[in-house]
Amino acid sequence: MKIHIKNGRVIDPKNNLDSNLDVFIAAGKIVALGQCPDNFVANQTIDASNLIVCPGLVDLSARLREPGDEYKATLVSELQAAVAGGITSLACPPDTDPVLDEPGLVEMLKHRAKQLNLAHVYPLGALTRQLQGKILSEMGELREAGCVGFSQANIAIADTQVLWRAMEYAATFGFTLFLHAEEPFLAKDGVAHDGEIASRLGLKGIPSAAEALALASILRIAKETGARIHISRLSTAEGVEMIREAKKHNPNISCDVSANQLHLTEHDIGFFDSNCHLKPPLRTQRDKEALSAGLKDGTINAICSDHTPVDDDAKLAPFAEAEIGATGLELLLALTLKWAQQEKVSLLEAIALVSQSSAQILGISAGDLSSNSDADICIFDANEYWKISTDTLKSQGKNTPFSGLEIAGKVKVTLVHGQVVFKS
Amino acid sequence: MNNPQLDADGRLRHLLSIEGLPKKILNQILDTAESFVGVAEREVKKVPLLRGKTVCNLFFENSTRTRTTFEIAAKRLSADVISLNVNTSSQSKGETILDTVDNLIAMHADMFVVRHAQSGAAHFIAKHVPNHIHVINAGDGRHSHPTQGLLDTFTIRKYKSDLHNLRVAIVGDVLHSRVARSEIHALTTLGVPEVRVIAPKTLLPAQVEKLGVHVFHDMKAGLKDVDVVMMLRLQNERMNGAMLPSAQEYFKTYGLTQEKLSLAKPDAIVLHPGPMNRGVEIDSSVADGSQSVILPQVTYGIAVRMAVMAILAGGG
Repeated sequence: MKIHIKNGRVIDPKNNLDSNLDVFIAAGKIVALGQCPDNFVANQTIDASNLIVCPGLVDLSARLREPGDEYKATLVSELQAAVAGGITSLACPPDTDPVLDEPGLVEMLKHRAKQLNLAHVYPLGALTRQLQGKILSEMGELREAGCVGFSQANIAIADTQVLWRAMEYAATFGFTLFLHAEEPFLAKDGVAHDGEIASRLGLKGIPSAAEALALASILRIAKETGARIHISRLSTAEGVEMIREAKKHNPNISCDVSANQLHLTEHDIGFFDSNCHLKPPLRTQRDKEALSAGLKDGTINAICSDHTPVDDDAKLAPFAEAEIGATGLELLLALTLKWAQQEKVSLLEAIALVSQSSAQILGISAGDLSSNSDADICIFDANEYWKISTDTLKSQGKNTPFSGLEIAGKVKVTLVHGQVVFKS
Repeated sequence: MNNPQLDADGRLRHLLSIEGLPKKILNQILDTAESFVGVAEREVKKVPLLRGKTVCNLFFENSTRTRTTFEIAAKRLSADVISLNVNTSSQSKGETILDTVDNLIAMHADMFVVRHAQSGAAHFIAKHVPNHIHVINAGDGRHSHPTQGLLDTFTIRKYKSDLHNLRVAIVGDVLHSRVARSEIHALTTLGVPEVRVIAPKTLLPAQVEKLGVHVFHDMKAGLKDVDVVMMLRLQNERMNGAMLPSAQEYFKTYGLTQEKLSLAKPDAIVLHPGPMNRGVEIDSSVADGSQSVILPQVTYGIAVRMAVMAILAGGG
């Protein structure tokens, strides 16, 4: 199968490329940019006039809900949502049911995802058995089964002794740990940022200090053990400052922010909108600005969708009882573009934050359009507006604080391995 | 953002919280309540404003006083009243809040009086009921207890002629208190120039000053020259733990005694939403003393709740 993508504006951050070029694909690989190779006869031509051609997006955090929570979402529904959002590779956290602490489960997930031939799935294995924070999982075996790193999902390791050992063990083999920084005792039962809005609404708060305390432990132990640490979903201004400082001395630290945190604050909870019940909680305007600045100066390496599909019934409850999470796969690109436009960040830099940079963190070969790389490509219209709604989302999770928003950035075609897997 | 409590014409549709209600509506409720105070003194303690209407008291959390006064208020307005104690155990058996509400709507309830342990529960129910049904929040988690805030304000109005010239202190567990939040919003909206909160730091919510109050940790400084002292109930489960070391120490520091009360203005009044913990937050001699208006609060509570129901039903 040979594909010719013509007349598009090609943006490839890794190769610092932003120009109008044609892309030539053969046998699932990119064979040339610009000049048509000799004897290349396309079976399929895609006209990308007025469209942007960029690497397929790489998402650092997307829950697929399999195994165990198929009533919330399935592998099929969520991988279709991924490619509809231009995402061609994604990492999924281990908090499934059962949790991803067994090589067999990881193999099965990888196998099933592969059969679907949609986005590539890169599981994060459970760092500790059952995510209980007590006994290390069989990281070596899980790695062989296909885990690209290890995570505790939203569940913190309270015992610093275990955290230390986990980092030492992971450092021995060069595994990356994906950690969400939240001190579990301070955050206990909390459902919103501990500030003015939580006080007004009478919601139990999660103080910013919960993130800072957890980060202090993680960063200190990371320094001691030499472990490679990725902080998932940073949420506070203080957190950004701590990472900025830590990175000066420790090259093994990276971090991301969720697209939700870039656009929303505690005020968006309004009259108890359960779609805004998220983890980490939506924080203040000041935090939002600091996260944005951190992204711009490279303190924060990437933007993730934090895709967490929730069934409608689970959101039909008073705020604190409503399940945590929002759909995100199909919003990642548009929310990133919106942020870039607001902050006057170039498209090239913005796309890097959801492709090249995320791929680098995961240690996978993706997120670029280099010659001879896999043809995982996203073609989108940066100027076309669409409305975020139940009807337009393919994900089984329809809940999002952005519901009803008209937003620019519409994915037109997504290719994985040189095959068109989505076309709008 | 649309205010879920008001209809398109700015009239009261639900009573969910004091916050977000204009001064005009608060005054309308208080003035209407004034006209209902006399009803209880008549030989026939009834007016026909809600005749043929069904009021459903839906209590997901236990209550005696609030439920009873709502029941009496509805009956004095000639409504049919059903009171349901939906305890949390039957909830955990599977029926969701909305299922419970939907069933009652199918039985043609016209008005819901709701109490629930979760903040936002009344907003949640109000969002899902059809247009012709009214919801009154009788307490949701730590968030709001609007009729209590209103009846406290009504009581103050009865004893103090000018709200614009008052210094009010709210004392105790503000952190967990829906009553305190409602009182603060009612008083500040109605133009009380100085509202103080007095509590240890463990019992104050984050950034409480943003609610428009002055914060005191010292009872003596906080009570100095106030016109009104509003005591809050201290829940038993807060007394021994990380919030407070003991009930004794709390009483010593923050319990209202005659001695501490003497720092307030000589004609200061003392309120308490009940039920009281005598010897914990308030000394019996104060609770039963001449400055206490705790029992009148209960009486006025019925008039205020009648007023809210009457206005919601269009008869205010």
